[in-house]
Amino acid sequence: MERMPKWADVVLIPLISLLLAALISALVILAIGEDPINAVQLMVKGALGSTYGWGYTLYYATNFMFTGLAVAVAFHARLFNIGGEGQAMLGGLGVALVCLYLPWPHWSLALIAATVGAGLFGAAWAFLPAILQAKRGSHIVITTIMFNFIAAAFLNYLLVGALKPRGAMDPSTARFPEATNLPSLHDILAPLGISFSRAAPANIAFLVGVLACVLVWLLIWRTRLGYEIRAFGHSEPAALYAGISPTKITVVTMMISGALAGMMAINNVMGEAERLVLNATEGAGFIGIAVALMGRSHPFGVFLAAILFGFLYQGGAELSLWTNIPRELIIVIQALVILFTGALDNMVRLPLERMFMAFRRKGV
Amino acid sequence: MTGSQANGARQATAAPDSQMPAIELRGISKAFGPVQANKDISIRVMPGTIHGIIGENGAGKSTLMSILYGFYKADAGEIFIAGQKTAIPDSQAAIAAGIGMVFQHFKLVENFTVLENVILGAEDGRLLRPSLAKARKALKSLAEEYELNVDPDAVIEDIGVGQQQRVEILKALYRQADILILDEPTGVLTPPEADHLFRILRNLRAEGKTIILITHKLREIMEITDTVSVMRRGEMTATVKTAETSPEQLAELMVGRKVLLRVEKTPATPGKPVLEVEDLRVTDSSGVERLRGVSLNVRAGEVLGLAGVAGNGQSELLEVLGGMMQATGTVRVNGQPIDLSGPHADGQSRRAAGIAHVPEDRQRKGLIMDYAAWENSVFGYHRDPAIQRGPLMRNAAILDHAETQMQRFDVRPPNPRLAAKNFSGGNQQKVVLAREIERGPDLLLIGQPTRGVDIGAIEFIHQQIIALRDAGKAILLVSVELDEILALSDRIAVIFDGQIMGERAADTATTQELGLMMAGISSGKAA
Repeated sequence: MERMPKWADVVLIPLISLLLAALISALVILAIGEDPINAVQLMVKGALGSTYGWGYTLYYATNFMFTGLAVAVAFHARLFNIGGEGQAMLGGLGVALVCLYLPWPHWSLALIAATVGAGLFGAAWAFLPAILQAKRGSHIVITTIMFNFIAAAFLNYLLVGALKPRGAMDPSTARFPEATNLPSLHDILAPLGISFSRAAPANIAFLVGVLACVLVWLLIWRTRLGYEIRAFGHSEPAALYAGISPTKITVVTMMISGALAGMMAINNVMGEAERLVLNATEGAGFIGIAVALMGRSHPFGVFLAAILFGFLYQGGAELSLWTNIPRELIIVIQALVILFTGALDNMVRLPLERMFMAFRRKGV
Repeated sequence: MTGSQANGARQATAAPDSQMPAIELRGISKAFGPVQANKDISIRVMPGTIHGIIGENGAGKSTLMSILYGFYKADAGEIFIAGQKTAIPDSQAAIAAGIGMVFQHFKLVENFTVLENVILGAEDGRLLRPSLAKARKALKSLAEEYELNVDPDAVIEDIGVGQQQRVEILKALYRQADILILDEPTGVLTPPEADHLFRILRNLRAEGKTIILITHKLREIMEITDTVSVMRRGEMTATVKTAETSPEQLAELMVGRKVLLRVEKTPATPGKPVLEVEDLRVTDSSGVERLRGVSLNVRAGEVLGLAGVAGNGQSELLEVLGGMMQATGTVRVNGQPIDLSGPHADGQSRRAAGIAHVPEDRQRKGLIMDYAAWENSVFGYHRDPAIQRGPLMRNAAILDHAETQMQRFDVRPPNPRLAAKNFSGGNQQKVVLAREIERGPDLLLIGQPTRGVDIGAIEFIHQQIIALRDAGKAILLVSVELDEILALSDRIAVIFDGQIMGERAADTATTQELGLMMAGISSGKAA
């Protein structure tokens, strides 16, 4: 017997959690002597009030979509991949190598190759923690965190050394050739007669992100591999009973997860920066955890949560630009959202379940 | 077995009916959310009697006893102890009222001695020595009085479950309990240990103690109780004198319809050997040898029952044969050796070799509890090309198939979209059984087929096993319920401490002889 209708679980709980987070954020803003209503207006206007704002919101959302999907896929096998950050960095390296060292006649071919490259590098970076978990029992949470640091150090080493053009002053690769530059949403929408801000960084990678959501949905709920991944996540002894190899599922799931995180690089590295810079991921790998939690590991939920976090990112940037609210407060707001939708989930869920039960009993 | 003795004792003590009841419950009700676990329950238990409470899993027996022991608070109703209305808000109050409880899972400190466990929570002062000395004297007299002998200085983890249970009883008696509640006390015992327990209970009754015995085994009720109350779906459906009832009548009261208790079957016509096991050995991760050279065979068209007390290697045997555990030795199926280690010692290869497996723990292994019934209906067979279309699974076809399968196996409710966790134990087992039987395996491994399964479903499951046997398939049945082994098997092997103690033809085997073998005492005929 279900305790709650499904819509309450999927819609109501995140919504209430979000409202609570907003409420406490408002109190914090009040406490530092600013007007919370004004703050909300600024955030909405800055993130959603213009195609420029939307362009940034969707750009950030694309990053979070990939890293959120990465965490969500791993969650289905009950694996907690905290290494999205490092895998996305390595994905960036994959994109840079594909764009810089291979000649491309057209951006579309470059995009496909860069997606594959990013995925391969991300998957490779997830492979080692996965095999260590499967064969040696080294906990994946610990190893993936450590691999984030190794990835950062490794990229640092490359960007001040081998990949830096001779004579350049900043730690980054050379600009990618023109032929690999991806069309922005402005370029895509212009032929359709829709005018979209030319300056905003949102690009075709957003559509790839949406496609990734659909493919992950197919993978998890429609394929044999997805069936096995979920079975393993629910019960390892049962997976063993059915002849599903725990080693294989752990490794394959983590590599898919790592590949998704890596593919984020086609957005931030190939689509926006058009070169690989130091710390290109800007913490998107960690935001992916919150996005997956809030999206209940469902691709559609991840899509919505990614948009929400994109809004918070862009809105928050606007807020620090136009008010005395320090940039750090944005992190507070984002943290509250993560806290309420992720960690404090049961705080909302349990009373709500009780309410539904009481309601149902009265109904009977 | 000791039926005449039991009858004699029963007549001697059941006489004073006009007395005040030792315990009386009036109108007890308890709900958990929408589930009404106890509905307006009233019983009177006379002093100096053994009162049985019988019912299927989930009938509300344990809830009722937990209320009596102060673990739950009843929503409504009153408790009278020896005529006095008594409130029991916690277990301290229950102990003060003279109630002792022996739980199904013992609550003993494993690395304490018997004596230390007995005084735990009942120490007289800050210093242990006087309490220990007092308890030692008390234990000595209790041991003499009731045949409750346990070495007071033995450490709990070193003694057997039968003795551990005696410690639990001693704990209650040491706290001056007049009323003793035992929850499924024979579940972990060998038949000789159960007989010993019943002797103890009869001695306690003779001394005027009141005993409430909770069980789902009809045989025990008939053997030892004076009166019996039957529970069904939270309600007390009847209270009758044991001497005036029959197992068939009790079963009907429990289930609400007529139940066939005996398994109808014709003699087996065994064919060629399907499963041949030779010198099978398994060592677990802590270096303990769990299977120590097991050899057995099962032929087509017969049921081999493997009897034994839980934890003697039968689980490991099933897991090795089912491809969940690595081992050494030789196993042949239809004459072909199967891999016992390496990548092909897995569930998929076993299924390909014609082995189906209904695991002992259906909730952890046989099913994914969060999967819908239709998803579970192909679990383990989900790589079958017939249900794939390219990289995708043909979910609609699986769903359709599951629906007809559930109807054929009488799974209730017949809704394939319901998650496995929302079915009762019996219906979960039917889902597993349907899946394993339907592809016509040559060999069926089946562990604890009716554990946690209601009586109505037991009948159905037993019929399915026999039908599979009659279709010429080989069946290896593992069960800790000796009655079940006796009812279904054509041959019976007994496992003890990782070794086969011997084999008997089912029609000549006796409970006593098998019981001795289960306790590790090999008889002359044993190989």
